[in-house]
Amino acid sequence: MAHVNLLKQFKTGTGWVMKSIPRKPNGQRDWGALPDGSYFIEWREEGKRMRSPAGSTVSQALEAQRIKLAEIAATEVGILQRYKPLQPPPEPEPIRLSAQIRRYLDQIDTLKKPNTYRKYNAVLMRFDEHFPGRELKQISDEELNDFVIKLRIVRFLRTPEYDALFSGDPTWVTEAIGGMGDDGRTLVTRTSFRLLQTLNNLGPGPEPNLTVLWSPRLPQGFKDFAARVSIDTSSIQYESDELLRSVTGDDTAIACCVSAMPVGKQMQFFGARVNLAKTLLYAINGGRDEVSGEQVAPPSTPVTGEYLDYDDVRAKLDAEMDWLARIYVDALNVIHYMHDKYAYERLEMALHDYPVRRTMAMGIAGLAVVADSLSAIRDARVKVVRDDRGLVVDYEVEGDYPAYGNNDDRADELAVWIVEQFMGKVRQHPTYRDAVHTQSVLTITSNVVYGKATGNTPDGRRSGEPFSPGANPMNGRDQHGWVASALSVAKLPYDQALDGISLTSTLVPSVLGKTPAEQVATLTGLLDGYFEGSGFHVNINVLNRDTLVDAMEHPEKYPQLTIRVSGYAVNFVRLTREQQLDVLHRTFHGAL
Amino acid sequence: MTISKRLAITPVREHHGGSRADLEAELAVEGDPEIGYYHSYEITGSVNGPGIRFTLYLSGCPLRCQYCQNPDMWTLRNGRRVTVGRMFDEVAKYASFIRTAHGGITVSGGEPMLQIRFLQALLRRCKEDLGLHTAVDTSGFLGARASEDFLDLVDLFLLDIKAGDEELYHLVTSAELAPTLRFARRLSDRGNRMWVRYVLVPGLTDAVDDVEKVARFTSTLAHVERVEVLPFHQLGAGKWADLQLSYQLTDVPPAAPELVRRVEDQFRAHGLTVV
Repeated sequence: MAHVNLLKQFKTGTGWVMKSIPRKPNGQRDWGALPDGSYFIEWREEGKRMRSPAGSTVSQALEAQRIKLAEIAATEVGILQRYKPLQPPPEPEPIRLSAQIRRYLDQIDTLKKPNTYRKYNAVLMRFDEHFPGRELKQISDEELNDFVIKLRIVRFLRTPEYDALFSGDPTWVTEAIGGMGDDGRTLVTRTSFRLLQTLNNLGPGPEPNLTVLWSPRLPQGFKDFAARVSIDTSSIQYESDELLRSVTGDDTAIACCVSAMPVGKQMQFFGARVNLAKTLLYAINGGRDEVSGEQVAPPSTPVTGEYLDYDDVRAKLDAEMDWLARIYVDALNVIHYMHDKYAYERLEMALHDYPVRRTMAMGIAGLAVVADSLSAIRDARVKVVRDDRGLVVDYEVEGDYPAYGNNDDRADELAVWIVEQFMGKVRQHPTYRDAVHTQSVLTITSNVVYGKATGNTPDGRRSGEPFSPGANPMNGRDQHGWVASALSVAKLPYDQALDGISLTSTLVPSVLGKTPAEQVATLTGLLDGYFEGSGFHVNINVLNRDTLVDAMEHPEKYPQLTIRVSGYAVNFVRLTREQQLDVLHRTFHGAL
Repeated sequence: MTISKRLAITPVREHHGGSRADLEAELAVEGDPEIGYYHSYEITGSVNGPGIRFTLYLSGCPLRCQYCQNPDMWTLRNGRRVTVGRMFDEVAKYASFIRTAHGGITVSGGEPMLQIRFLQALLRRCKEDLGLHTAVDTSGFLGARASEDFLDLVDLFLLDIKAGDEELYHLVTSAELAPTLRFARRLSDRGNRMWVRYVLVPGLTDAVDDVEKVARFTSTLAHVERVEVLPFHQLGAGKWADLQLSYQLTDVPPAAPELVRRVEDQFRAHGLTVV
């Protein structure tokens, strides 16, 4: 018969003692016999004496005794297992890739359409064949290289018009690496290093689009390694892990070029971008195109007089953007409705959780042109030149004006105003499937084509000249070095451009320092400073102009020369000549 | 190892920059704590002190170095006039970036200690209001102007020792060496951290003996964290021509890598860290 004794622990002059509760002559416990203290229960288990606390009141002590008695009884009849001290958990079964894929496919099979399952099955089985019988952690460096080679050799057949906008054969296999977890741990793993190392193993390459999610809190060793590879290959882009985490959480990957999305939960209706520089010219010319002379936008009052007036132009631009935003959202709604109707992407959508969060990603090109134009109209004097059609086709800038890209609020606030203003306008128009409106300031290589189609602008840019890429300041106008230029871009508000704000930088190697160690220290310092200063994205090219000139003349010598364009990496020798020249004319920062 | 014969040149002040009396007159004013004259500022990485630096070039210099890269900074009033508050605001725009990048502010020149009152006022605000690391890039020639308060404000001195004896120093800079050595000793005694810099010009400052003198002296200083040998280059020549000054190093080749290594090794042989 089980026995559970009741004890009381209390303090005496010599220290703590524990005694059984004494009984009265009538056999009942004498609860008041001992001084104040706390109760314990005591029993024997496999020959050993066991004790455990039982509260500080009589009723708690009795309850503990009752429970223990019941436990012992239950154990004796085999209902309860005797308590065993914790063993270390057994080594988990190694996770085999094929098993993991099978499990995922079973889930898809249960939840999704058979068609989707078949397609998905085919893709994943291919993947499985690639690593036969492997455990996940056993994928060797060589196999990882093989995998990256596969990603690199994908090519799409595209129309020349497409290639002109996005040249260099991008396939947008964007891989997000690093970052920090919500719990403060780093998400950098061995494979983060190994993926960057593929650039050393295989040479530089635009695919996959390696994207390091940077935080000043990343482990220093990883920062240094990424910086080293960046300096050697110009193939890495960086995004602010701090900004991403604040909006999309720590399980964020990068879709397209720089667009952040929680993995498996979000998709984007791609919206390319509108030409804001041309919009400004339409505003000045009453909605007529400065090149063709045609009435494109609804007729409005063109500017009159010899000089542009800041308030007048700003108001006209504002009205023109109203029209543009409406047309833009309408067009995207039509495109994506028809796309879903005739080519719904079942395969991709099968990989998303329900309900999917959809965004509609608008974009703007020519930000720096418009900001500088407004700055010139406000702070210098801009005289207009009209042709015989009465159209303003050229501008003469008299005097100096602060240009966007010099960490000067007078110009930078104009760029901020444009971003905020246009975002506000597109938000006023409903979207297909209630997609959330977002906006990017990013061009890939389209800044060249858009520039080509756009006449002279009031900032002094000549007709046909490329715009600066993405959110970059105009080439050559950012005169205070890289940091000033980057801090100007960092002022653009991410919450008004959630599809991404792209800065593309070219630094000459010597500006980073003399020795390799100095170069790494400088670059990590620049990235820490930029992202701490709320920068969102930066492409780092470390190049001399001479290298690019030589590559244009002798492409055969540079089959792998990779450069970062707005939000993306491309093979330099595969760019069109115009685009190569554009890259060549960018600001090469010889000063920080 | 060959000991090159010194170039047949004469101190710059014998051609330009006026007399000793002019110099004394320039030095008589320590400037205004509120108003400074500067040439330019830029952000630099790891060349003017640790990390990313806001580097300010103050105008005015009592030296006339043969290889001066910025002869347009010789005269104080060639510079742009600025108030300490305005310059501080400019630094402040970069402060958060610089702090995160483990950098600071470096004031160079010209000779920044020529405007020591402005310099001190600016560094005090950068240190106290912005928490920035402070560095001063100086020849040490005006070291006697530095108060104890000033020396406490500066976290790092980039000290140029342009030659190791009076004769050569005068040929190179048109000025005396002794004040620089006194200043270096004072920094060493009171525990100021230093990077010592030596400009290496083939045919002028590359003789083994001449390098030895600088290396030997430097090795007697405490708190020298590193020595930098700066190889001569011709990038400053254009400015001399623009200012119609006669430049005497036209035919001097840039310092060859082997020469730079030899000189660096001479410093290393004295137990100094050369970067």
